[in-house]
Amino acid sequence: MAKDSRLILDPLTDNNPITIQVLGICSALAITAELEASIVMSISVLFVMGVGNVVISLMRNIIPSKIRIIAQLIVVATLVIIVDLVLKAFAYELSKTLSVFVGLIITNCIIMGRFEAFALGNGPWRSFLDGIGNALGYGIILVIVGFFRELLGSGTLLGIPVLGDPIEKTGLYAYGYENNGFMLLSPMALIVVGIIIWVQRTRNKALIED
Amino acid sequence: MGLKQNLHNFKVKNKDKKWLPGFNALFTFLYTPNETTHGGTHIKAADDLKRTMNTVILALVPCLIFGMFNAGYQHYVAQGLIDSADGFLGASFWTWDNLVIGLWKVLPLVVVSYGVGLAVEFVFAIIKGHEVEEGYLVTGMLVPLIVPVDIPLWMLAVAVIFGVVIGKEVFGGTGMNILNPALTIRAFLFFAYPTWMSGDKVWVHGAVERDAAIAAGENLDAFSGETLLGYYAKSGQELTVAGTDTVTTYGDRAADLYSYADMFWGIIPGSVGETSKFLIIIGALFLIFTKIGSWRIMLSTVIGALVMGLIFNGVVDAGWIGESSKFYGLMSVPFWQHLIIGSILFGAVYMATDPVTASQTNKGKWIYGFLIGFISIMIRVFNPAYPEGVFLAILLMNVFAPTIDHYVVQGNVKKRMKRLKAKVA
Repeated sequence: MAKDSRLILDPLTDNNPITIQVLGICSALAITAELEASIVMSISVLFVMGVGNVVISLMRNIIPSKIRIIAQLIVVATLVIIVDLVLKAFAYELSKTLSVFVGLIITNCIIMGRFEAFALGNGPWRSFLDGIGNALGYGIILVIVGFFRELLGSGTLLGIPVLGDPIEKTGLYAYGYENNGFMLLSPMALIVVGIIIWVQRTRNKALIED
Repeated sequence: MGLKQNLHNFKVKNKDKKWLPGFNALFTFLYTPNETTHGGTHIKAADDLKRTMNTVILALVPCLIFGMFNAGYQHYVAQGLIDSADGFLGASFWTWDNLVIGLWKVLPLVVVSYGVGLAVEFVFAIIKGHEVEEGYLVTGMLVPLIVPVDIPLWMLAVAVIFGVVIGKEVFGGTGMNILNPALTIRAFLFFAYPTWMSGDKVWVHGAVERDAAIAAGENLDAFSGETLLGYYAKSGQELTVAGTDTVTTYGDRAADLYSYADMFWGIIPGSVGETSKFLIIIGALFLIFTKIGSWRIMLSTVIGALVMGLIFNGVVDAGWIGESSKFYGLMSVPFWQHLIIGSILFGAVYMATDPVTASQTNKGKWIYGFLIGFISIMIRVFNPAYPEGVFLAILLMNVFAPTIDHYVVQGNVKKRMKRLKAKVA
């Protein structure tokens, strides 16, 4: 059991898919300008990875290895379409914000990577834990980046103003504070991810590669 | 025992303390330490990093002083309180009143820039356990010169922290940075707080406050803080002169307000230190004479800007672009005039020549400078939202400088190989 718990805990910290393996960067930069979008994206990936890993794991003995990538793609694509349709049905505005990036979960390297590296060689329960763990590791970075970008870039969290009203000049804005427009641009997301990587490797020197 | 010996003893006594690099930095400001470096080969020369930096700062001082007078002058002229100065030595320019406004607005910028920047340097020196590097001396002086006079100080502080940490320290500190830190700071300000870095208000002290007062219901006339680039970018559009009913176009208004001589002497609105082309040229000559700045880069930047200006003039002359086009205003500016509006000269002399981020090879310097000038004018004309494209062009070329060097060196290797083959055969 101790090993099973590591399947979930490792990707959260020392084997994080974004900050250590540097996978899935594209969506991490594109949709983290708002915290809400980050959270929804994380949940979508959590669903796709959890279910996908189990499905692939169950089918691992009947998938011919020559066409395994195609088989994996079909599984991911099916799951992503489900997510996309659910979002369109129940959270239409949000699905417009996420736009093409929900569809692009299909190409998220974390998912294909876990299918290849883990689900093809392990049983369903362990694959499920691995999928959940990696999706959480991905999600936690997305939420951290989204938190700072929305707070500093728009002065809101989940769409609720927390620093006052920039037009009426209340709260912090009364003292001359202004939102940092740079935070809303993708380069700043890259820099925030970079700072997280920096902090993480400073705390744990073993993670530094040559 | 003199003060120096006392300080030295103090240093020896505390040599294991973590804060010692901080002490050393201040100590070496006052005295040459009486110890030598250990190991390696040494070249004994007087032009160490501190001397180099100080020379650049000396070259910048006239721009700073002029910038202070100009800040006050533009403030009063825009309100119509004083007559416009006629030429560099105009009676209404070098006045005490102008200097007071200048000191009041510009000195805090200098203090914040140096204070925050050096604090970051000290923190990193202490964490990493090396001596404090002098790298920030020039950056700290450049930063106040390339921002609008009314920029809020806290924004400057945030930008300086960002620029020094992300622009320099993460790459390993002075001498290792890819991007010019001063321009990184400006780019951060530009993208983070565009309302304070562009537009027609921020360039003259008081214009923003005046607008706020008018919005609050006070009966005042708004005054413009538009730069020349701003005027030319909107050249065909109509404009009502503040306080009167006269309707003119932006292009004509600019011609009314500023003569070519004004642009050359620098009596125009703009960032604090970049307006006076005259003093920048003096600074350039000083840097070339002391062999600190590369004349190749300065010259090729100017040539690049002129070539791009000529191409645009050609497009206008050939009639390929109509007066209704939004590019017409800046495209039709005579090519040589691009040098005296905006900050292309300041960038060429003080920014592009930064020895760390520029190309190192002589041939590379020509290419690097030429492309800076070329791209600067291109951005200036094609993107009216970024009329000051110089800083973007320099940052872009900073990134490409190592590539240029690589190909210059490889080209040289190839040439020599050929020569060798010819000899052997």
